[in-house]
Amino acid sequence: MADRGPKKLVKGNVALAEGAVQAGLRCYFGYPITPQNEVPEYLSGRLPQVGGIFLQAESELASINMVLGAVAAGVRAMTSSSSPGISLMQEGISFLAGDQLPAVIVNVMRCGPGLGGIKTTQGDYYQATRGGGHGDYRTIVLAPTTVQEMFDFAVLAFELADKYRNPVLILADAVIGQMAEGAYLVPDRPIVTVDKPYIVTGAQGRPPQNIRSMYLEGDDQEELNYVLQDKYRLIERDEVRYKTTQIDDAETVLVAFGTAARIALSAVREARKMGMKVGLFRPVTLWPFPTPQLRELSQRVNKFFDFELNLGQMVDDVRAAVVPGTRVEFYGRPAGGLPTPADVIQKLKEL
Amino acid sequence: MNRIEINFERCKGCYLCVDACPKHLIEQGKELNACGYYPARPTAETTCTACALCATVCPDCAIEVFKEVEATPAKAAGASKVQPEGIKSCG
Amino acid sequence: MQKKVFSRPEGLLDVTTHYCAGCTHGTAHRLVAEALDHFGVRERAVGVAPAGCSVMMYKYFNCDTIEAAHGRALAVGTGIKRARPDLFVFTYQGDGDLASIGLCETMHAANRGESISVIYVNNAVYGMTGGQMAPTTLLCQRTTTTPAGRTVANEGFPLKMAELMANLEGVTYCERAAMYDVKQVRRARKAIFHAFEIQIQHNGFGFVELLSACPTNLKMPPAKAQKWVADEMVKTFPLGVFKDLPPGPSPAPSSAPAALAEEGTAHAV
Repeated sequence: MADRGPKKLVKGNVALAEGAVQAGLRCYFGYPITPQNEVPEYLSGRLPQVGGIFLQAESELASINMVLGAVAAGVRAMTSSSSPGISLMQEGISFLAGDQLPAVIVNVMRCGPGLGGIKTTQGDYYQATRGGGHGDYRTIVLAPTTVQEMFDFAVLAFELADKYRNPVLILADAVIGQMAEGAYLVPDRPIVTVDKPYIVTGAQGRPPQNIRSMYLEGDDQEELNYVLQDKYRLIERDEVRYKTTQIDDAETVLVAFGTAARIALSAVREARKMGMKVGLFRPVTLWPFPTPQLRELSQRVNKFFDFELNLGQMVDDVRAAVVPGTRVEFYGRPAGGLPTPADVIQKLKEL
Repeated sequence: MNRIEINFERCKGCYLCVDACPKHLIEQGKELNACGYYPARPTAETTCTACALCATVCPDCAIEVFKEVEATPAKAAGASKVQPEGIKSCG
Repeated sequence: MQKKVFSRPEGLLDVTTHYCAGCTHGTAHRLVAEALDHFGVRERAVGVAPAGCSVMMYKYFNCDTIEAAHGRALAVGTGIKRARPDLFVFTYQGDGDLASIGLCETMHAANRGESISVIYVNNAVYGMTGGQMAPTTLLCQRTTTTPAGRTVANEGFPLKMAELMANLEGVTYCERAAMYDVKQVRRARKAIFHAFEIQIQHNGFGFVELLSACPTNLKMPPAKAQKWVADEMVKTFPLGVFKDLPPGPSPAPSSAPAALAEEGTAHAV
């Protein structure tokens, strides 16, 4: 692996912000909301150092639309917020999808519904993966579990956004955002930039160009949707990412993402010491969801244990993925409830 | 002769030009265009002064205005006449 | 020999618009296109369209355009201008877009002094959706959602944007004009030219409110609708220049602040 220099002790939110800058972020628009404030705070000092623009907008509504303007002009742009703020951005994200514009949106989840507390939770899985906005669209969703992944996924997000001209969502939570861990703050991949002929930069030497998502004539709108669907099939084919731990001989496989996966990982290690044949399957891309991989695994393993920090959202996708007859149990605690590995092991025993 | 041309298919028959013309040289046409409007049209008179008030108020840029200029050979050949401030040419 | 002294500006595409007969959106489009030509910025211009009758302005303006979500044009415009300060950015918005759902974005973009020119067409109704009340619907004015006429008790007062804008320090220039006759169209043209000039030469925020007639939703023939604007609307929305700062170091949003963030920020990495 390329030499990534010394590790640094850094908060997840800051690692993500730094990763974005090194990925070529040049315009950030955001609004204060706990637990993601370190992202704008850090970028307010860091972006000017690279000739970038940091602007605290008047609302999350304005933020996502400023991002839309900046990416429409060809610049790498990002916003970050937390659950209620992300709800305010849904229309803008749907516009980004309809306009086929590359943008990175970070959601450091907090509790819901409503205002909700600021503890760790995963209550926004549905919103993130089913699209909280209107219309048939998808956003690529990356779910980090470590500070290192916060950095690396920021870099990856920009690459995927540009590659597919699509909004990419990074779905973290308070634990991953607020905790500090050692991490390499040098990208693990070269920074890939692509040509963007579609951007609006003034009709110099070419006919005027337009970016829009409303098509009234004939079935143009329908046609656009088929174009988007072809793109999504491509993403589903090529961009699924997941990580597994000790599943080769596992009789029960835990399925968990983000902070829940950290807890599950500890539970698997402890349970193994107690002779329990358990493993962990961790989706990294929540969309495209690793359906084919889980289906294949379920040919061999007939017991899955879906563990989330909500009242059951990803479990739907797990149940849809596994072959009929496979047993899928669920354990979750919502809105700040944070089970320990021991709690998880206890539940495993009760299966 | 100073004159105007009204784009028959573009005019929507709002007749704002009819009111704007100080010499009442524009009238409601009698023929339907493709959109179902009766486009305005210049009357038979020839006292138009090319003041372009009609074109100024036309919301659809459907009127072009032509002004009679004496053909001074040398100058007319190349030099582009500086547009007098009064006439708002926006070509 | 004949010389053409009036014709379609190059900034306007040679197409028939979808606007209703007598709707002065068309006039406003021509004036903006004349300004694009006059200042030679057509090839570096990006027009931000609202949701409303002028959402399809991309069919008419001979420059790059982008559709903003309803009310978000000035946020999208801010994003474009901050990303590419070299571009000429204008927003073209209706009263619902700018003064109702988009009021927050409008006030903050103005107060940040964004280097953007705003063309705000105020016709006192929601045209595209069929004539509902707008934030600028006059008291007692009937619309499809104020069938008995707008009342202070239920709907409150019409919103006066030009006056509001003039009170924001970030605004360099702000005028309200109209298009109901030749004199006003010429004045509106001057105002639009000046707003463009403010952006090009001083990176300032220029705001032009244009009173406009919507014959279809006022349920009046074009000439009567124009007269209504002249007689009725102007009473609530007086015309004039409300602010015009002299050229000088206007609050230009620089692309990179002079002082680099000092090393010892709280999160130095």
